[in-house]
Amino acid sequence: MTRPSPGWRDPDRAGSLRLAALFFRVGAQNELQYRLNFVVQLLQSILGVAAGLVGLAVVFAHTNNLGGWSRPQLLVVMGIFLMMNGITQAFIQPSMNLLIADIQKGTLDFPLTKPVDAQVLVSVRSVDIWQAADSLIGLIIVIVGLVQQDVAVHLVDIVSFVLLMLMGTVTIYCFWLMLASTAFWLIKTDEMQELFQGLYRTGQYPVGIYPGWLRYGITFVVPLAFAITVPAEALTGRLEHLALVGAAGLTLALLVISRLLWRKGLQRYGGASS
Amino acid sequence: MITAEPASGPIAETEPGRFREFRTNALWLWRYYTQFMRLAIITQFQYRAANYFYMIGMIAEPVVYLVVWSTIARTNGGSVGGFTPGTFAAYYIVWTLVRNINIVFTPFGWEQRIKDGELSGLLLQPIHPIHRDLAFFAGWKVIVIILWLPIAAALTLIFHPSLSPTVWQCVVFFLALWGAYLIRSMFLWALGLISLWTTRVSAIFQAYFMAELLLSGRLVPLTLMPKWARSLAGVLPFQSTFGFPITALTGPITDAQLWHGLLTQLWWIVVGGLIVKLMWRRGIRRFASVGG
Repeated sequence: MTRPSPGWRDPDRAGSLRLAALFFRVGAQNELQYRLNFVVQLLQSILGVAAGLVGLAVVFAHTNNLGGWSRPQLLVVMGIFLMMNGITQAFIQPSMNLLIADIQKGTLDFPLTKPVDAQVLVSVRSVDIWQAADSLIGLIIVIVGLVQQDVAVHLVDIVSFVLLMLMGTVTIYCFWLMLASTAFWLIKTDEMQELFQGLYRTGQYPVGIYPGWLRYGITFVVPLAFAITVPAEALTGRLEHLALVGAAGLTLALLVISRLLWRKGLQRYGGASS
Repeated sequence: MITAEPASGPIAETEPGRFREFRTNALWLWRYYTQFMRLAIITQFQYRAANYFYMIGMIAEPVVYLVVWSTIARTNGGSVGGFTPGTFAAYYIVWTLVRNINIVFTPFGWEQRIKDGELSGLLLQPIHPIHRDLAFFAGWKVIVIILWLPIAAALTLIFHPSLSPTVWQCVVFFLALWGAYLIRSMFLWALGLISLWTTRVSAIFQAYFMAELLLSGRLVPLTLMPKWARSLAGVLPFQSTFGFPITALTGPITDAQLWHGLLTQLWWIVVGGLIVKLMWRRGIRRFASVGG
C-alpha cells in the first residue's frame, strides 16, 4: 500500500517516538561522560531538599496540619514536586531553552529544514540527564511520606498516580512549549526560565491552600495542580475519579493549544537570512 | 609654606593638593556612577516585558510563603508567633521590594565572564570593576521600582496588609534597603570570584543560597525560627539583607534595634568590601597565570 503524501510532510508517530528515544539516548550518553557532574548535582539536590525539609519542619513546629494535609502527606507533595522538577529540568527545559536561543539568533533554520516534524525535533534535542537526580530524591521522599501516613495505598491508587504523573509531564511540556513559543513575538525571553521556576514553586504545597483566583490560575493557566497536587491526591486517598477525567481533558486541550501556538509562532519566524 | 599652586612638582604631595586630588577622584567616581546608572536605565527600559516576566516569577515565592503562613495563622485561631494574616501580608509584600533591591550580579555570571574573556576587558579599566556592577545594578533599580509599584498595589488589594510605620522607620528602611544592596553585592561578588579558583562552583553557590534562604528571614520571619537558628543568624550577614530591612518597616521594632541593625549593616559592608578586595587581588593573579 502506498502513501498518498510523502512521509516528511506527515510523519508517523512511531517514527517521532523513535527519534525522541534516539535523541534522549545520545544526550544521556554524552552527559554520562561527566560522572563528577552527577556527584555535584546530587549534592545540590540534597542541599535543596534539606532546605525544603527544614522549611516544612518550621511549618509543622507551629501547626499540625496545613489545609487538611498532615506532615507525611505534605512530604508526598514535596516528593512529587521534586520528581516533576527533575523530569522538567532534565528532559523538557534544556530543549526549550535551546529553542528560545535558536529563535533569538535565527538559527532555528537548522531544525526546520530537517525531514521530521519540527515540533518533535525541537522538543527532544537536548537532555540534561543529571538533573534527574531531583526525581530520584523526590521518589525517596514520596516513599517515606507514604510509609508514615496512616492512609492505605492500593494498587489502583498507584496506577492512577503513574497515569497522572505521565499526563502531568505532558502538561508541563505543553506549558513550556507555549512559553518558549512566545519568543517568536517577544524575542528577548531569557527570563522565561525564571518565570517558570518562580511559578513552579507554588506547586510545593497542595493547591487547596491558595486563595480562589490563584488556585484557578495554577490549575488552568499554569497547569501545576494536575501535575503535582492531583498525583499526590491519588496517593493520599483523596482522589476523585472526576479528577482523572479532568487531567486527561486538560492534557489533550493543552496538547492542541500548544501545537496551535507553536504553528502560529512559526509563521512569524523570519530566519537568519531574511 | 608655598602650597597655593595646583598639582605640579613635589608640591602636589602636600595636604591641599592631596585633598584636591581626592575631590577630583570623588567627582570622577560620581560621574562614573551616574553614567552607568543612566546606561542601565536606558538599557533595561527596552526590556520591560522581560523584566516583568522576571518579576512575576519572583513574586510567586513570597506569595507561597504568605499563603502558607496565613493559613497556619488562621488554623491557630488568628495568629502565630505574634503574626496575623495582615502582618504576614505586610512582611511578605515589603519582602518583594527588598528582594527587588537586593538582586545583584549573580555569582553564576562569573563563569561566563571568565569564559567569554569579558574579565580581561574589565581588568583593563582604571577602576575596580565592582564599581561598574554596583552602578549598573543601582540604575536598574529605578526601572525595577517603577515596574514593582503596580504589583505592590495588586498584592495590597488582594492580601490586605496591616502596616503603620513611623517616619523614622521609613527613613531607616530607605537606608537599610541600600545597605542590603551593598552587602549582598559584595558577598555575592566574593562568592562569584571563587570561579577564578575552580569551575565546580554550583554546589558551593547552592549551599550559600540555602543558608541565606533559611537564616535571612527570606523564607519566614526569623522570630518564627527555632532559637539555635536565630543565634546562628545573629552572627551571619544574611539577616542584614532580608530580615532587618523588612522588619525596619513592618515592625515591631524598637529604636535601639533600628540603630543596631544599621550599625550591623555598616559592619557587613566593611567586611564584605575587605573580602572582595582580598579575593580580587589574589584571584586576578591566578587568572593572569591561567591566561598567560
